[in-house]
Amino acid sequence: MNTSIQNITAPLVQAGRIGVFLMRMLAGLRLSASLMRSTMQQSYLVGARSLVIIMICGFFVGMVLSLQAINALQQFGASDQVSLLVGKSLFRELGPVLTALLFAGRAGTAVAAEIGLMRATSQIDAMELMAIDPIQRIALPRFLAGVISVPLLTAMFNALAIMGSVVFSIGVMGLDPGIFWSKLQTSVYFGEDFMGGIYKSMVFGGLVSLIAVYFGYNAQPTGAGVGTATTNTVVLSSVLILIFDFIMTSFFA
Amino acid sequence: MAMNPNDPIIRVRNLVFRRGSRVILDDVSMDIPRGGIVAIMGPSGVGKTTILRLISGQLKPDSGSVEVNGTMVSEMSEKALHEFRKDVGVLLQNGALFTDLTVFENVATPVREHSNLPEPVLRRLVMAKLHSVGLGGTEDLMPHELSGGMARRVALARAVVLDPKIVLFDEPMAGLDPIAISTVSRLMRETNDSLGLTSIVVTHNVAQMKKLVDFCYIIAAGKIAGEGPPGDLGSSEDPAVDQFMNGKVDGPIPFHYDASGKNWSLLG
Repeated sequence: MNTSIQNITAPLVQAGRIGVFLMRMLAGLRLSASLMRSTMQQSYLVGARSLVIIMICGFFVGMVLSLQAINALQQFGASDQVSLLVGKSLFRELGPVLTALLFAGRAGTAVAAEIGLMRATSQIDAMELMAIDPIQRIALPRFLAGVISVPLLTAMFNALAIMGSVVFSIGVMGLDPGIFWSKLQTSVYFGEDFMGGIYKSMVFGGLVSLIAVYFGYNAQPTGAGVGTATTNTVVLSSVLILIFDFIMTSFFA
Repeated sequence: MAMNPNDPIIRVRNLVFRRGSRVILDDVSMDIPRGGIVAIMGPSGVGKTTILRLISGQLKPDSGSVEVNGTMVSEMSEKALHEFRKDVGVLLQNGALFTDLTVFENVATPVREHSNLPEPVLRRLVMAKLHSVGLGGTEDLMPHELSGGMARRVALARAVVLDPKIVLFDEPMAGLDPIAISTVSRLMRETNDSLGLTSIVVTHNVAQMKKLVDFCYIIAAGKIAGEGPPGDLGSSEDPAVDQFMNGKVDGPIPFHYDASGKNWSLLG
């Protein structure tokens, strides 16, 4: 009986702990040169280093999206609408969501494992004993780096996906480039479609990096503990990305 | 060696610490004399590291007190604790160097955090500390490029870079080769005496401690089993002290884990 109650309360307790962790992180936020420096360094590690995988995936997503769209639209003789369909679905949903999922797998795991290993080798204890707040020092720059990087990566993903679409629709299927670009220009909106997706991706970036630093910071100081932390990071952030996507889209779109 | 037993820098009184229902420390009292190197020894898992954490304020005792320089550590606010820790250097098990920073940045970290020294002054300070542990020229290496003994010496330089009054060592020689042990040991003595520190060393290695420390506390079963200069303890009458100092299997320190609190698990 006790365990069935715990089954319900455990996720809530966990959510509360993550919330408290976020508050502790943001409460100590002071703009300083060292914070800027380490945020920039982390943005390089989690952001710039994820560029290649994001670009390759974006390119192929753009191609397969065009392939499916052209197949479907051809039945109505509307295959020249492909850039509209690709642009809307990409900028609003696929770009932000897929980028965030890839980011969780590429960078979230790395962050969780790195911080978990710091825990396991008592580096976090050492900081506390030097009167350095490890949450400010380790967690905050990585969190900020996620919030900054994911929107930029999403923009990159989108750009490469459009290029993939161009290659497939124009290069392979022989659609007219003028129609392709003019449809994209007139029917896909920068504010609503493109920026709407970018705002969502900021939230996703914060979500993934918050979960990664939280699980890394609270990892058991063993090899298995670090493994659990990275697994939990990917599982929980993937699920939450999709849940938050629906919530945000239904409220704001 | 100025040792004035009437004027201890750290006073531990009737310390009790529990983990769940398990009593880790039971009524431990110690006086750490100013300027000395004191060892806290005992079998693994007996709560030696716990004592260091209680002294540095990382843990709070269930009852009893820790008094450092006349101030109660156990009653300090977060802010007071923050200030207090600048005066306490710590060398953790395996050094705990920050693996993402160079040797220089590792030693510089506490200084950067707690002062606004201009970069050239900071550089001189850090390099002086590195030279004092014989590692000038390693400043650009990463921690994984150092041998175990070198890493421990960098950690020593980092522990004393803010010129603390007290340095806590947690198993400073564990896992080192004999030469590195002697080097670290000599450095600990030199730093302690030249900077006028008080050092507390937690260890289970009897042979090294006999050469290094001025005074020993031996902990067994959560209590102080013996205390005195290391030379005297080897011939102690106390069975627990004798068992530990001379490495005997049979004696009052049990071979079996105390599972008395665990019976419920067998009953489902």
